[in-house]
Formats: sequence, C-alpha cells, structure tokens
Amino acid sequence: MNQAIRNSWIAAIAMFVLIFGALSYVQVVGADELEANAWNKRTLLQNYCNDRGAIIVGGTPVAESVAAAESCKFQRTYTQPEPYAGITGYFSRSFGVTGLEKTMNKELAGSSDQQFLDRVGQLFLGNQPKGASVELTLDPKIQKLAFDLIPDGQRGSIVVTNPKTGAIIAMVSKPSYDPNLIATQDPVAEAANFAELNKVPGINLNQNVSGPTGALLAPGSVFKLIDTAAALNSGKYNKDSILPNPAEMSFPGIEYKLPNYAGGNCYTRDKATFAFALQQSCNTPFASIALDLGQKAIADQAEKFGFGQDFGDQLKLDSAPSFFPVEKLDDASLAQSSIGQRDVRATPLQINEMTAAIANGGVQMQPNLIKAVRSPDLRPISEPKPQVLRTSTTPDIARQINEWMVSVVSDGIGRGAAVPGVKVAGKTGTAELGNGLNNSWFTGFAPANDPQVAVTIVMEGVDITTGAKLTSPNAKKIFEAVLNK
Amino acid sequence: MTPIDPTPRPRRNVELVLLVLALAVGIGANALVGVDRQKAFDTDFWFQSSLLAAAALAFHIVLRIRAKYADPVILPLVVALNGLGLAMIHRLDRVGEDTGNNQLRWTLVAMAVSIAVIWFVKDHRVLRRFTYISLAISAVLLILPLVPGISAGEILGARVWIKFGSMTFQPGEIAKITLAIFFAGYLSSNRDLILLAGRKVGPIQFPRFKDMGPMLAAWLVSIGVLIFQRDLGSSILFFGLFLVMIYVATSRISWVIIGVGLIAAGGFVASKVFSHVALRIDGWINAFTDEVYGREFGGSLQIVEGLFGMANGGLVGTGLGQGRPNLVPFANSDMIIASFGEELGLIGLFAIVLMYLLLFTRGFRAALGTRDAFGKLLATGLSFAIALQCFVVIGGVTRLIPLTGLTTPFLAAGGSSLLANWIIVGLLLMISHTARGPVDTTPLAPGEQPDPQKVVPAMPSKPAAVPGTGRNSPDAPTEAVKL
Repeated sequence: MNQAIRNSWIAAIAMFVLIFGALSYVQVVGADELEANAWNKRTLLQNYCNDRGAIIVGGTPVAESVAAAESCKFQRTYTQPEPYAGITGYFSRSFGVTGLEKTMNKELAGSSDQQFLDRVGQLFLGNQPKGASVELTLDPKIQKLAFDLIPDGQRGSIVVTNPKTGAIIAMVSKPSYDPNLIATQDPVAEAANFAELNKVPGINLNQNVSGPTGALLAPGSVFKLIDTAAALNSGKYNKDSILPNPAEMSFPGIEYKLPNYAGGNCYTRDKATFAFALQQSCNTPFASIALDLGQKAIADQAEKFGFGQDFGDQLKLDSAPSFFPVEKLDDASLAQSSIGQRDVRATPLQINEMTAAIANGGVQMQPNLIKAVRSPDLRPISEPKPQVLRTSTTPDIARQINEWMVSVVSDGIGRGAAVPGVKVAGKTGTAELGNGLNNSWFTGFAPANDPQVAVTIVMEGVDITTGAKLTSPNAKKIFEAVLNK
Repeated sequence: MTPIDPTPRPRRNVELVLLVLALAVGIGANALVGVDRQKAFDTDFWFQSSLLAAAALAFHIVLRIRAKYADPVILPLVVALNGLGLAMIHRLDRVGEDTGNNQLRWTLVAMAVSIAVIWFVKDHRVLRRFTYISLAISAVLLILPLVPGISAGEILGARVWIKFGSMTFQPGEIAKITLAIFFAGYLSSNRDLILLAGRKVGPIQFPRFKDMGPMLAAWLVSIGVLIFQRDLGSSILFFGLFLVMIYVATSRISWVIIGVGLIAAGGFVASKVFSHVALRIDGWINAFTDEVYGREFGGSLQIVEGLFGMANGGLVGTGLGQGRPNLVPFANSDMIIASFGEELGLIGLFAIVLMYLLLFTRGFRAALGTRDAFGKLLATGLSFAIALQCFVVIGGVTRLIPLTGLTTPFLAAGGSSLLANWIIVGLLLMISHTARGPVDTTPLAPGEQPDPQKVVPAMPSKPAAVPGTGRNSPDAPTEAVKL
C-alpha cells in the first residue's frame, strides 16, 4: 500500500512539474509573443501615468497630458473634445485605447524605435519619461467649421482633403463624444460615462472603426462616377455616346421597375448624353451601362478606386473597407447596385478618395493625417511625404469626368455648391433607405482646373429637402473657407 | 548516518513560529494592497488582520489540545495561502465591492468548522463507520443543485449552485469530502475481495467484472456530474479521486489503466455530444482565433486575458496593486492564479505552487505514516485531490489543458470551496496526528466498535497475502516519521 501511495505522490509531483513548465512558458519563454499580441491592452496601458506626447493641430494641442495631483502624475486631457474625438480616440484605463491614441501609441508613449536614445538619456538623467508629440495635417478652422456644419442630433460625416498630397484637412462626424469622460482616473465615473455614452444612438465606443473611416453607407448616385469611368475605360463608350434614358427600366420575370430620379429633368428625354445623365443624375443610363459592361467591369473599376482595399499606411486610423458585391448578381440587383443602392457600401473617406483621384488626374494619393512626429525637444522624428496609393483611371478619363462634374455644379442639380469665381466640380447622391429617408451625399473638388481641395459630405437618414440643404450649400462654405474666397 | 530518533515529538512550537511567518505573509500582502489604495493601516486593516491572526492562533491552540502530534507544516501553509488569497481578493475589489470582507467571513466560518471537526471527531477512524452514510450524503449533495426550488439554476453554464435566501452554496465541494470518506471506507473493507480474483493478461492482472462495480459507480457519478451539472472540472476531480484511492487500495496498475480508459472514452463521447464540453475544448485549442476570442459564451477572452496578465507579470511581477488583473473576467475566483502571476510574477507563483506541493506532500506523508488502511486511503485521496485540483486549475489558466470551472484551493473567492478545503485540512491534521503520534494502545471507549485497524501490530499480516504488490507488501507501518 505504501508503495502505491508513493507512486501516487510521484504522479502528483509529475502534474506539478507540468504546471511549473506551463507557468515558465507563459510568463517568461512565450511572454514576448503574448505582449505583442494585438488584443493585449496591457502593453498600451503600461505607460498610463507617464507624460504622454501631445496631439497637435495647427500649433495647439487637442490631446495632451497635464500634471495631476492624483496617484497618476499625468492626466490625459482633450482640449477640444468633440470635434476631434473621431481622430484622437480615447485613452482610458479600463476601456483601452482607440483612434490615434492607439495607432500612434508607440510614439506618444515614447517607446518607438527612433526614440531609443531619448529613453536612454531619460534613464541616466532621471527625467520623467516623455513621449513624442504628433502634429496633424488638419486645419483647425476647417475642422471646426465642418463640425459645426453638421447640426446637432444629425448623423453625418464630412471629409476634406488635398487631392494632390492626400493630406486630410478636416474629418468630422456626428454624433461625437467627449473623450475626457472616459479618460478620467475615477474608475466609477469612467465606467458610468462609458455606459452612458454607449446608449447614444450612433455611438459605439467598443467599435474600433466608426465615422468617416468606418461607417459603411449606401453611396447612391455618387457611385455613378465609377460607372462613368468604367464605361469610358471599356472603349465601348466615349464622351459623345448617347445613352438610353427610359423613365423606368423593367427586368424579365420580376415586377420591380427601376425608375429615374423624379426630382430633376430626366423625364424630358428618353436618350441622354453622359453630361445630361450626370447633371440630372438619371438612373437608367447608368443601369444600362452596368448591364452592358457586366458586373465584373464595374467591380474592377470600383476596386481601382479603392473599394475592397485599404487606405495605405499613412492614415494611421483603423478603417473599414468599402465594397461592391463580387458574388454574381442578377440583372435587377446589378442595375440597382450600379446606382449605389442595394449591395454597395462605401465609407465617406472612400468616396472622398475616389473624388480626389478624379481631381488628381486619376492618381489616388495615400490619405495622410500625420504631418510630423516630434521628440520633446521638437526635433522631427518623422515627417511623412505624400505617397501615391494607386492609379484609379487614366488622365484622359479623369479629365473628362472632371469636366462633366463641373457641369453638374454649373448646370445640374449640384448648383448649391457653386462658388462665384471658382470652377467647382461635384456630384450629388441620394441613397434611399427604404423608410422614406435617405443618405444624402455631395462629393466634389475645386478649383476644377487646379484642384486644391476635395470635399465629401454625407448626411444620414434625412428627407430630400433637408439633405439638399445640408450637402451642396455646406460644400460651398467649405470650398470658400479653404480657398479663402 | 545519524540514527533516527523514534520518540514522537509534537513540534507545536515549530508550528507556532511558522504560523507567525505565514500570518506575516498574508497580512503583509494585505498591507501592501492597502498602501497602493492609499488607505494603509486603517482600522479595517487592523480589524481584519487581528481576526485572521486570532483564528489561526485558536486553531493552533486546539491542535495543542486535541492533536498535538499533528503535522506542524500543514496549518501554516494553509494560513499563508488563505491570507494571500484574502489580500488579492481585497486588492481586486472595485469601488463599492466587498468580496474581500465576505471572503474573510467565510474564512472564519471555515476555520471554525474545521476546528469543530477536529474537536468532535477526535480520531479520523471514527469516520469509517459513516461509510454508507457518506455515500448517501454525497448523493444528496450532488442532486441538490438539480432540485427545483433549492437550485440556483444555471450560473455561467453550470448547475452546481444551491441558494438559501440570498446566499449561494456549491454542495459539490463538500461532496468531494464525503465521497472520499465513502471510497476510503468501502475500499478498506473490501480490498481483499477485490484483490482475490482476476484474470491475468500478460503481466497485468485485471479485476473480475463484478468487482468493477464501485469503479463503474464512480464513473457514472462523474459522467452524471458532467451531463446534469455541466461541470467538467468536478467530474474530472471526482474520478481522479476515486482512481487514486482504488489504486492505493489494490496497488494494481490495471485499475488505473481501466479508469483512464473509461475517462478517455467518456470524455471523447462528451466532447462530441455536449456542446459545453466541445466549447471548452474549442476555446482551448483555438483560443487565439478571432471567432473564438469574440464569442459571447464559452469564448476564449477569459483565458487569453489571463495569459496576457501573466505575460505582463513576467519573472518578477508588477508588484501588488501595480498590475491590471481586473482586465481578466473572474480575476478573483477562477482566474486568481493569473492575478497572482501578473502581480507577483513567476517567482511569486512558483512560491505559491510550491506551498501547494508541500501541502499535498505533507498529506501523503500522513498517509504513509498512519497505520490504518482507512486513514491511508483517506489521506491519499484528499491530498491527491488537492494536487489534481491545482493541476486542473493552473493547467487551465496556463492553457496546458482546457479551462474548467474549478476553484484554486484557499486562494479563490468562494465560501463553499473554502469551507470544504478547510475541512480537508482538519482531516489531514487528524490523520497526521495519528501518523506521527505514539502508537495508540488505549482500550476502546465504552460503546465503541472494535476496529481491526486499531490493533496496530496485527495489521501488516493481512496485506502480506496481497498478490503482486511487489517489494513493499507487507505494509510498513513502522516507518519512522519525522518532521
């Protein structure tokens, strides 16, 4: 019996040897791999109480760490919380980190490779570790203007970029929130605020992507620019092509009929030029192009404009890829998808990038939010240069679409965006949500002959009149502000 | 070689010194937690510390009176573990939570019950008389959580809780003890029968089918727990407990082979048939895939967060109060090992695991030393259960094996577990008292049944007839027992 007891003890010891092995593996051997895991919040929170670098816009910090008299010596503070919340994200002890606070964490915390020597210096001089500051490309005036142009209580996004460099001038969305509420060091208030904010429709703080880079919306008629590029690219159509423009389109075997836009002048002709079809945003000419070219041609063109792709590595914000369906669609579905309804979804930033590519002769630049990263002694650590993201179409096609977009603003339904003395190119879109309300879009650029700025506005869940009021006229205000008119 | 001094020594003073050390560990940890929360050494702290110290000293004094030859290391080890658990649970309390004080209350209750067991039972051999009553109690305890009205329903996927008013209790924890008493009683009485017959296949002698009755009963209990209570951990624990006891009773490896075969078959079928078992296994193997990590129920978030915490702790840990163990769900109960790993590091966890190792080793030592088969079986079973429980919990947290819902003895928040484990400690102390004490030759108390095991010198003759037990049959009860 005693031998069996000894053997049982040996079995128990063997189990404990395994435990010792497993613990050593987790805590020492495999620890680095676990620390590097993307889900690991601890690594980010390690430097919670340090003097984190500021996020700077136009010379003023929008997020900074200020000295605090609490157990943490520094408190993360957002000086203009709501207009910048979508960019900065939040830095919370319990709920983790989002936005630039997350993606630029290494720099802000001072733990990037380029800051290694600084860290060694801090170690020897006994100084408080201090992170690098991140300077953004945003223009504070335009950011503020864009934020105020979306009425409170209205869901919507505005993206303003420079089509030649990809620099983001303004990027806002509503509803927004105050990140200070969840950056507080009071854990009770932090949890209560987090729960309270998540109750606001349109705010989901658990989600990594939202707003201009993450909201996937039906693009409506702005998608017709892609149909146009696909048509010209196919060689089957040219600038003088005459397109069929029936009042409605029917499909074999089903009752559904695709109608033309009732508000404009589409009904006046049953044949249309590209210029007329775009100016009046007629549906049937583009549906017939899509049916003629086939789903693949449209999907390929959409991909060239960035659908299903990412935005390159200069954006530094998490984003959702836009999509045009690749699985086989029947004719009715393809027709609807080709006018930006049904199965197509795009983020506001994607529509802006598509517009910028047209403005920039078919070349899409990487959207860029970071102007410079500076060490605490203001020495630049990195200054990203403009980089080409992809070629979306040929310069000729881009020039042709540019010309037609100018006529949309000068002679078509985008008149509200016109700025006196400046050639503005634009395209509107109204994607029906099925409940009588729409996503109302405007996307365009100016000046058309030398594009300095691309503006994309979307207002979600509005009726036709409100949509018309909140898109093109607001684009006009932004064009004027950026171009100083 | 120094000759071993055969005179039994109580060693209670050694225990007292170790106990002071153990209290210093637990209370010191609690003080550190308080320093971090900027309310060090407040009245709460002194109140809690003095209660724990008073209870430990009371236990010590009871041992001096009732079991003065008890193993002097067991009580300090358990007090240290319990103290560390209290400190960590207190540290993990968020604002407005009071799990720490609740755990302290349960600790005091558990210690009081354990003292009562030692005081009133006096000698573990008495328990042998309750063999079949223990079986009945085990059955009732295991069925209780399934009885409507008493059952607290399904909590986190398992039906192991009962409720009185606002209090909940896990009767399965106590069933662990009553089952061990039943197995020990049954096997010590019937081992000869089980051993006599059997067919030899190669070098291994297999038991007769009808002798496999208790084995099948234990297997059915385990499978029943798995199916009806959905508690994989307890199921493994019960079966492991039985397996080790039947092995010790018969010294036959064939039982272990049959047992492992049965549990493998049962486990395989369960993983195919029951979604909760399949989910556990999926969460273990595919812990780092998006789908499993994000799954709302039975996902791997808990285990992955625990691993992150332990990795963050590294070799030396962040220090008490300096880590973020609260990012792990159930940081103060199922995952308390991860919390310790994060804040005390690998070194701290090694110390804790070594304490468990010493604890169960002292239990096995008592099993070797005691002279009655019932005591040997009971001590081995209970000690092995502690070891197995630690293995299942820590193995689960470190992703060595699938995570189950067992508690870490003495550390994890939970009253039922504390109570059961303190009773186990009481039993081990009693057994070690007879193991280390002078041979009991006093006459039977009036009314007491004569116990064949109690007449010590007669004992070894019986196992001598045991076939196939190798060089160590006859049992060697005269082995010198020292500290």
